[in-house]
Amino acid sequence: MTGKATVTDTLAAKPTSAWEGFAEGPWTSAIDVRDFIQRNYTPYEGDAAFLAGPTDKTLRTWDTLEREYLSVERQRRVYDVDTDTPAEIDAFEAGTISADDDVVVGLQTDTPLKRAMMPYGGWRMVEAAIKEAGKEVNEDVKRTFTQYRKTHNDAVFDIYTPRIRAARSAHIITGLPDSYGRGRIIGDYRRVALYGVDQLIAAKMADKDAVADQPFSEHWARYREEHSEQIRALQKLKAMAISYGIDISGPARTGQEAVQWTYFGYLAAVKSQDGAAMSIGRLSSFFDIYFERDLAAGLITESDAQEVIDALVIKLRIVRFLRTVDYDQIFSGDPYWATWSDAGLGEDGRTLVTKTSFRLLQTLRNLGPAPEPNITIFWDPALPEGYKEFCSAISIETSALQYESDAAIRQHWGDDAAIACCVSPMKVGKQMQFFGARVNAAKSLLYAVNGGRDEMSGKQVAEGFTPITGDGPLDFDEVWGKYEEMLDWVIGTYVEALNIIHYSHDKYAYEAIEMALHDSEIIRTMGCGIAGLAIVADSLSAIKHATVTPVRDETGLVVDYITEGDFPRYGNDDDRVDEIAAVVVHTIMEKIRAIPLYRDAIPTQSVLTITSNVVYGRNTGAFPSGHEAGTPFSPGANPENGADTHGMVASMLSVGKLDYQDALDGISLTNTITPQGLGRTKDEQVTNLVGILDAGFEPEI
Amino acid sequence: MTVEATAALASERSDRFAQMRAGELGSVHSWELVTAVDGPGTRMTVFLSGCPLRCLYCHNPDTMAMRNGEPILADELLRRMRRYRGVFRATGGGLTLSGGEVLMQPAYAATLLRGAKEMGIHTAIDTSGFLGAQCTDEMLDDVDLVLLDVKSGDELTYRRVTGRGLQPTIDFGDRLAAKGVETWVRFVLVPGLTDDPANIAQVADIVARWRNVARVEVLPFHQMGADKWASLGMEYQLADVEPPSNDDVDAARAIFRARGLTTY
Repeated sequence: MTGKATVTDTLAAKPTSAWEGFAEGPWTSAIDVRDFIQRNYTPYEGDAAFLAGPTDKTLRTWDTLEREYLSVERQRRVYDVDTDTPAEIDAFEAGTISADDDVVVGLQTDTPLKRAMMPYGGWRMVEAAIKEAGKEVNEDVKRTFTQYRKTHNDAVFDIYTPRIRAARSAHIITGLPDSYGRGRIIGDYRRVALYGVDQLIAAKMADKDAVADQPFSEHWARYREEHSEQIRALQKLKAMAISYGIDISGPARTGQEAVQWTYFGYLAAVKSQDGAAMSIGRLSSFFDIYFERDLAAGLITESDAQEVIDALVIKLRIVRFLRTVDYDQIFSGDPYWATWSDAGLGEDGRTLVTKTSFRLLQTLRNLGPAPEPNITIFWDPALPEGYKEFCSAISIETSALQYESDAAIRQHWGDDAAIACCVSPMKVGKQMQFFGARVNAAKSLLYAVNGGRDEMSGKQVAEGFTPITGDGPLDFDEVWGKYEEMLDWVIGTYVEALNIIHYSHDKYAYEAIEMALHDSEIIRTMGCGIAGLAIVADSLSAIKHATVTPVRDETGLVVDYITEGDFPRYGNDDDRVDEIAAVVVHTIMEKIRAIPLYRDAIPTQSVLTITSNVVYGRNTGAFPSGHEAGTPFSPGANPENGADTHGMVASMLSVGKLDYQDALDGISLTNTITPQGLGRTKDEQVTNLVGILDAGFEPEI
Repeated sequence: MTVEATAALASERSDRFAQMRAGELGSVHSWELVTAVDGPGTRMTVFLSGCPLRCLYCHNPDTMAMRNGEPILADELLRRMRRYRGVFRATGGGLTLSGGEVLMQPAYAATLLRGAKEMGIHTAIDTSGFLGAQCTDEMLDDVDLVLLDVKSGDELTYRRVTGRGLQPTIDFGDRLAAKGVETWVRFVLVPGLTDDPANIAQVADIVARWRNVARVEVLPFHQMGADKWASLGMEYQLADVEPPSNDDVDAARAIFRARGLTTY
């Protein structure tokens, strides 16, 4: 489907006043936010001295929020639920935190922290969550979503195959987004500010009709239907803004408006979708262009600019979704991953750090630390020193920053990429991910040994495999051969489930507003993931370098292992085992690549169980590495707990040997460092943290 | 064992001794990449096996006996250091030879230090100074920083803590001062053992005359090494000693600061 619409084609006149002073380029005639940024932003190489503290209004608003809402929510878990109104972009009346709340306005419902039902993903989860929150369901709403309106969840289970059901109940595949919103889609919310909604609608209409003369196909029909959904969502976005007394049909004219317009775009998304991750994108250099223009014109002071960013961050901290206690357990809390990506370098070598990058970090001082928005720094040793030191200082003060390798992301996805969720990079507005939860790669190894019988239940889950027999020590080549065969079954089942899920999600819970803020032709990736890498690597290393004897129960099921002798363990910069880890990741990626994917998605892989490692561990047996049955996995690509005996930097180097090509969706290594562990003085701590990050992200090491 | 095998073993053993004498082979307990602990930046700290002292509060008693170490060629460690040059460069770190007592294996230490300097890597040794006489001037030329443990200032206390005498440490410190080698002094504050203010003042007086001392670190005693003593079957005399309070540590630091020393 091609047919690229231009903005000027569809507009009578350019919005000259809103764009006054901006350097023109391709962005003025077609939607191209990156081009706008590159031509207009001002890199900032200085330090943090220019920053302003919180205004009285900011402090009053935050105080009201804390006193009247957040403190209540902490006691009750859920502040309130609207059980009568299924969520939609324009379903709720305007709401505010307090009379002071007028800098950046807009709430998900009519009251702060009140949660809305989003039943298109599936009714069962909504009902459970309502009851857990101590409320009653509205029978009319229930009837609508159980009798009249099919949900994503209903469709998935209509299609699921027997092997998927078996794998699901045995927990070898866990956390599939088959009854909740998938997330990992970042609308390019900046487009709302730069172009105004009318231009976006016009462009989408032009794209829709650009294919009007082509013959019918299912693909063609879906394209046209989805565009209609997108256009309707944009109209609702406008109506929602009007309910707050703001007309966003045209482009934003000031820094405050740019932030407000952009936030309305994001707000529309979180009003209508409860994706597992609702990330906001890469905003700082974009906003900064407007602030710089306002500052130069004498319209605002630094304090005004900071107040606007603080106000936005307040709003991002009170996004809430109606979720179950179970869900909170899998994700260790109630995260929504409003990830805000920042910093990095442009393709021309200039830093993308602007004064607004500093303002964003300053919110952690002005408002105190918080996990959301999940501020994610694209780190490169070549970032300006003043910024690196400020990041390091804020990290030490608040532990609230996340870092990613800018070079790795930029080389693959360009310089206008952002992280969805915690580590998944994508080109903003040009790419989305089919979120794939993850498969238990460690448990698969036990299935290989037991020929597809589950080591916890004894049930035959995967059919058609022969177990390893005999009481002698395990042979590495035999185990590896069987592991590869078992991975074929596990990965085949897993990817089959993902294809079904995303087919159904598009059909019954389509993210219309988020997709309206994307190009009409986009890249889709399928973000597959694995859990338990360190256990697999250590166990295979034990089988190879030590003597591992299986222990069987009376039915012949291997339920434990006796390991004699030393073996190298992953996480110590020891190639003998680090290479095994890299081969496992590569092998799994090759198996995923061999399977056709829904909507021609590009397969990617992640090694990043940050929150669900406890749940995975609970459902998994004992390993040759000595990992005990039922105990938590280490998170992501971390070494097993206590296995890394050569220091944190050595474990970073081990993880660094995993090939990014095999794990384009991201690799995580979670480390905890106390500030005292970094040096005697604040200066020393800052310098040492900068050094560790530089060392970890320096490509040639 | 056959005669041939015994002979082969003997010859292998004598080869190994020759390699050790030449500084090509050493007895190593472990290595670790650490930050902000054994000198500036992120460092590859190599713990050599063997120590002449028997400090009551030792938190690495498993490094006391040289025979318990693993024989490792200097080349192997130098290869690893080469691999970490980027880390050292980014963090302002380098190599730290610790132990045990680094100067129990002076030839091996000298090889590692020379090799590090040839690669442009910052070097430090972490020593009690008791074997300072083993450290040649040539070797000192390859040392950028000395982490010198002064375990007590009072001769009797020093002997009670370590089983050995204090004077060699003072002599070594004097030598470092004369040569102007940057030195960080470390003093472990153990309640009931080293915490007599008079003892601390004596340490401070000794240190204050060394102009090359860039910082003093007062390290509060902790019990993290206790399990190691038990698993080695060694008698641990400090099992009932509580770590010093923050106030006590501050008071000890004040004694050093009163003499113009930068103290942490």
